Amino acid sequence: MDPLILSRIQFGANISFHILFPAITIALGWVLLFFKLRYNASGDSAWMHAYFTWVKVFALSFAMGVVSGVTMSFQFGTNWPGYMKTVGNIAGPLLAYEILTAFFLEAAFLGIMLFGFRRVSNRIHTLATVLVAGSTTVSAFWIIALNSWMQTPAGFEMRDGVAHAVSWWAIVFNPSMPYRLVHMLLASGLTVSFLIAGLSALRYLYGDRSESMWKALRTGVFTAAILIPIQIFAGDQHGLNTLAHQPQKIAAMEANWNTGPNVPLVLFALPDEAAKENRFEIAIPDGASLVLRHSTGGVVPGLNDYPGNHPPVFPVFWGFRVMVGTGILMLIVSWSAAWFLWRRHSLPKPLAIIMVPMTISGWLATLAGWYTTEIGRQPWLVTGVLKTADAVGPVAGSHVALTLAVYLMLYVLLLIAYLGVLAHLALKAAKDGDTSPLPGVMNAALSQPAAGE
Amino acid sequence: MTFDWPTALPLIFAGLMGLAILIYVVLDGFDLGIGILFAAAGDAEQDTMIAAIGPFWDANETWLVLAVGLLLVAFPMAHGTILTALYLPVFVLLVGLILRGVAFDFRAKVPAGKKHRWNRIFFLGSATASLAQGYMLGVYVLGLDVGLGGMAFGALVALCLSAAYAAMGAAWLIYKTEDDLQKKAVRWLRTALVLTALGMIAVSLATPFASPRIFDKWFVWPQILYLSPLPILSALLFLWLWRQTFDLPKPDDRHAIRPFLALTAIFTLGFAGLAWSFYPYVVPDKLTIWQAASAPESLAIILAGTVVVLPVIIFYSFYAYRVFSGKATDLTYD
Repeated sequence: MDPLILSRIQFGANISFHILFPAITIALGWVLLFFKLRYNASGDSAWMHAYFTWVKVFALSFAMGVVSGVTMSFQFGTNWPGYMKTVGNIAGPLLAYEILTAFFLEAAFLGIMLFGFRRVSNRIHTLATVLVAGSTTVSAFWIIALNSWMQTPAGFEMRDGVAHAVSWWAIVFNPSMPYRLVHMLLASGLTVSFLIAGLSALRYLYGDRSESMWKALRTGVFTAAILIPIQIFAGDQHGLNTLAHQPQKIAAMEANWNTGPNVPLVLFALPDEAAKENRFEIAIPDGASLVLRHSTGGVVPGLNDYPGNHPPVFPVFWGFRVMVGTGILMLIVSWSAAWFLWRRHSLPKPLAIIMVPMTISGWLATLAGWYTTEIGRQPWLVTGVLKTADAVGPVAGSHVALTLAVYLMLYVLLLIAYLGVLAHLALKAAKDGDTSPLPGVMNAALSQPAAGE
Repeated sequence: MTFDWPTALPLIFAGLMGLAILIYVVLDGFDLGIGILFAAAGDAEQDTMIAAIGPFWDANETWLVLAVGLLLVAFPMAHGTILTALYLPVFVLLVGLILRGVAFDFRAKVPAGKKHRWNRIFFLGSATASLAQGYMLGVYVLGLDVGLGGMAFGALVALCLSAAYAAMGAAWLIYKTEDDLQKKAVRWLRTALVLTALGMIAVSLATPFASPRIFDKWFVWPQILYLSPLPILSALLFLWLWRQTFDLPKPDDRHAIRPFLALTAIFTLGFAGLAWSFYPYVVPDKLTIWQAASAPESLAIILAGTVVVLPVIIFYSFYAYRVFSGKATDLTYD
């Protein structure tokens, strides 16, 4: 068995599993802060109930993210030793800063968020929430900086086959970094808003009409409705940036074979790399030229310009379409729900039923987008610097196959358990409504009663 | 002697990495140990034991991320060499840590009927992770020998390190709990201490005999004199701790933290011995810390951040421990 293919599948599986959880924690931290600030301002304990329902989801997602993240940090060494050997001088400091500036802060103050409500003053508890939310975002900043650098490297020079840093500013703020960061942060925001909206809709369907359910539902729906158009705009800008820096990726996303003007926007096709053409193509004439160049005569790069040097077309093309399709669905569902909540102060049952499976729509879009951009970088691991095939380690294929099989099994079981617990938490919250006791140290008074109590 | 950054930086990072590993072993050591002791505890006791580590374990595990991260960023060559040689045990460790970490969170959130299952997974994950760490230590001590001898020795160290973690867990419970569970923890500590001592003796003997170079670092005059405090102090601490287990807990629960501190001191001494043995190699007898290090300018930029941030990390870690000081019984999870 080929260790390269197996190692790639294994890393793909690990990072796919891992990213699901940061996608939740990055934005959920800020939503928790919003709940906490609303509680501080109003003294309405329903906000605190919403906080404690969702801080559990945060803790669970954080734990899943940490354990899968530890796996990733080991995998650089076990499966991809060539990566750190070649670009360790660049990747190293970025990873180190992630651990130093963000990871510890999150882990230390999460304990206070979860269990410290009655142990520390209300102000310190709020501060802990701020620190956790801030540090998840800082963490994302460093990781996205590294990932963007791998896509569009800058600020370095090669000496004896090893990358050396020349300008840290250019490395961190490389050409695609701001676009990627904004796109990812918004993706996290959407993932969380649909998660909250979807699970609140589930509570609603189970007859829960408590204040904390309504507060969470409205927060999720309105956040989604506001973020989705911003995300569509940011995604378009990100696409233009990719066109400028990674044209072969755009060619694969559009399944466009020949460079030229008047390129159609392909809605459906089965790209065939051997024949260099699309089968069963349905397309809008001049569409791709219009979207990418804002003119029907705009020249769009084609795959035939990059023989042997472009990513596999099928997964990139379809990854992109699944992401965009999910995004459109998100727009329709969130705007409909927002309209009903705003104008009618109610949620029709059919819409609530649609929102339940939409709970994981953010995951679907994030993964599809992630595949588009990461597979779209192939055959390079670091564009123009290091090929994926040159980074793989000297491990026996059978070992990689064995570990891959166990990881896959573990991940599937954990995902089922995770979703099961989410559903269980939602149903338990639906049963308890606003009546469950607030956590902390039993029988101790809130250290600082909020206003109005 | 002039100060020379390219020489000093790898040395500083070897020190930082050592510190991160030591802190990890002590802090996550008691978390993992409590997981191992789960096998011997009842339902209600398990809840209290979890409460004793609940607010801390996330931050404790982060020291492993820092240690591996430093190995990765400061000594990328060694990271690749060590981890490819230990491919399967690393994998077992990761599966153990994953299971331990998620079971910790799941057990408190699943319906009551399913809690048992996650308690068992918590034990299994903790035991697996501890065994894998011990096995890796054993194989590393013998110079990454993955032959039959290395595997057998790895298995022995695996058992002993797990016992050492169990001792840490028991010592932490003596500090954080009261009444019956505390008395039980004292008995656990006594049993685990025997295996811990055996493991330290085994590693101390095996290390010099695995490598003539290490032998010469220990058993030559006058080094043997300078180094003699390490084994002597360790032995004295072991004996003191062993005697303590016969009259703990003390009236008014005085000195409940002492067993934990004594074990920490023992771990530190053992760790210092290992560090002395392997210096200046990061991959035993193959790669020195200078051969394996990243470029000085990359190390410098990490160091700049570390010098500022590490004290802050230590400060707020202390703060988190202070917030949750006292006995663990009254912490609720819903």
